[in-house]
Amino acid sequence: MARTLFDRVWDSHLVAEPEGESPLLYVDLHLVHEVTSPQAFEGLRLAGRRVRRPDLTLATMDHNVPTDDRPADDLAAAQLEALHRNCKEFGVPLYATGSGREGIVHVIGPELGLSQPGLTIVCGDSHTSTHGAVGALAIGIGTSEVEHVLATQTLPQRRPKTMRLELSGSLPLGVTAKDAILGAIGRIGVAGAVGHVIEYAGEVVRGLPMSGRMTICNMSIEAGARAGMIAPDDTTFAYLEGRPAAPQGAEWERALDRWRALPSDPDATYDRVVEIDVRELSPQVSWGTNPGMVVSVDGVVPDPADFEDPAERDAAERALAYMALEPGTPIQEIEVDRVFIGSCTNARIEDLREAAAVVAGMRVHPRVRALVVPGSATVKRQAEEEGLDRVFEAAGFEWRRAGCSMCLGMNPDILQPGERCASTSNRNFEGRQGRGGRTHLVSPSMAAATALAGHFVDVRELALEPVA
Amino acid sequence: MKPFRRTTGRVAVLDRADVDTDQLIPKQFLKRIERTGFGEFLFYDWMQDDGFELRRPEAQGAAILLTGRNFGCGSSREHAAWALQDYGFEVVVAPSFGDIFRTNSLKIGLLPVTLPEDDLRALMAEGSGAELTVDLEAQTIGPYGFDFDAFDRRRLLEGLDDIGLTLRHEEEIAAFEAAHPSPIDTRALG
Repeated sequence: MARTLFDRVWDSHLVAEPEGESPLLYVDLHLVHEVTSPQAFEGLRLAGRRVRRPDLTLATMDHNVPTDDRPADDLAAAQLEALHRNCKEFGVPLYATGSGREGIVHVIGPELGLSQPGLTIVCGDSHTSTHGAVGALAIGIGTSEVEHVLATQTLPQRRPKTMRLELSGSLPLGVTAKDAILGAIGRIGVAGAVGHVIEYAGEVVRGLPMSGRMTICNMSIEAGARAGMIAPDDTTFAYLEGRPAAPQGAEWERALDRWRALPSDPDATYDRVVEIDVRELSPQVSWGTNPGMVVSVDGVVPDPADFEDPAERDAAERALAYMALEPGTPIQEIEVDRVFIGSCTNARIEDLREAAAVVAGMRVHPRVRALVVPGSATVKRQAEEEGLDRVFEAAGFEWRRAGCSMCLGMNPDILQPGERCASTSNRNFEGRQGRGGRTHLVSPSMAAATALAGHFVDVRELALEPVA
Repeated sequence: MKPFRRTTGRVAVLDRADVDTDQLIPKQFLKRIERTGFGEFLFYDWMQDDGFELRRPEAQGAAILLTGRNFGCGSSREHAAWALQDYGFEVVVAPSFGDIFRTNSLKIGLLPVTLPEDDLRALMAEGSGAELTVDLEAQTIGPYGFDFDAFDRRRLLEGLDDIGLTLRHEEEIAAFEAAHPSPIDTRALG
């Protein structure tokens, strides 16, 4: 019978299917960070349990860490210290701040070559879906499940449904993977994929580098999906080859044989198929308080009265009140105070190059405070070797150390009440970047262009060269 | 986990769609390393508004939250479920839930009930403060029945420990590991 990529990964990881219970799925890689793990380790301690497979577990520090010279606050410091202590006690490898390999957990997994095709990957973080870009089944879990995986290396999971999301056509100049996924969420809605694993397919996906594929898979959760996946191909293999944890020599050849057998059969069926043609897609800007509330940069703030569904109308009214926006306002007339380039969505080296290409030789608008936070210590080093830090700093951006930073503002990088931010992150929820802060989600090149102009601009009018 | 069988209590109505876990428990409260004490921070930002639904006198002491579709979307933070439970809620009723939030709730014995929109609307029409009985054994909420996964139902009714359940399959886990040598070793990275 024809099978999907998801079917293959799922079926090959079933440990047990007890009668009347959820199937038990084996976990190949468990990534851990400081925020969602302390209570899980404490649970193990109370029950006298150990970490079953420390060799399949890796911890890092990302959510809380300061990205400049300010110290972590007392609570954050205590949480980071707890991770240190727990990793030591339970034998879990840790890339702590300053180790040179730390970074946002979803950036370092692929970067180290740990995230590989066909693996099952979990992490106590909803953006774990990022790792699906290499053809893994990567699921975000809560703290009780973190404890479960630490103790048993398995996870009871109900089999999700499958959705094929076909992105057809080719992305117009200046339109990026971020715009494609924002546009897709705008179309299917923030609950559009609840209960499903999305497989992204189509010409657009095939043509994207791994960074763009990760951006797309990263935001699967913003459509409610359990996970997002992309079939591995030569782009995937070229990305992984030579990375620290990637197979080597004869092992590499054997891995390639396995990985090449993973993609979905052409006649495989899905519970749902959605096709989106991107040929007419424009750069996207979010106007509201969830990632489905997006509009083209050449559009206007929508009028809640135009929404037929009462719940959507009500949500739009609330969103506009929170965002302090009037219906009908052209997007390009909206002024910003802050710009944030970073997060597990858009802080890989390719994202920084995309933004740097826009700001090179230019100056940030005097009203705007702009921040670049690399996704990992490795990305930071590479960017500095390429001179991107100097490009950003010369333009007036702050160049920071790796971390989640202003994506969720657990560290000192937060918006003040009423401040408006163009952000390359993944969530524009109320207060996400700081209480009373107003977030507009955009691509790295759009964020860069907005920093220069002080208001949203259409990056296509600046982009003379194709952006990678 | 605390077992859940049946509860009778007051309802609180929060008629909003897509309530995300950032609203349920803002990030500044995720730095604690304990599992308890999150209730006072539930909906922290919204609670600052005098007109917020849960601030109304009739919503005080409520055990059952009636709310809109896709409740608990967004971040995986289990702190959201802990905060609801610590605040006093035993049941959350919505037309649909964010997947991770729903799982987190099931893990801690906070009952997530999925109810068709029309039935939920009828319950919401009674307003905050109305009394309601939720019976997991009978799978009823007031006059309505609801669907519930049989395994989850048993786990909640008996308060079973998930890890304990899984460890009954130790032999199968060990056999799987023997048959599938892992392609990675995080300790060998240096």
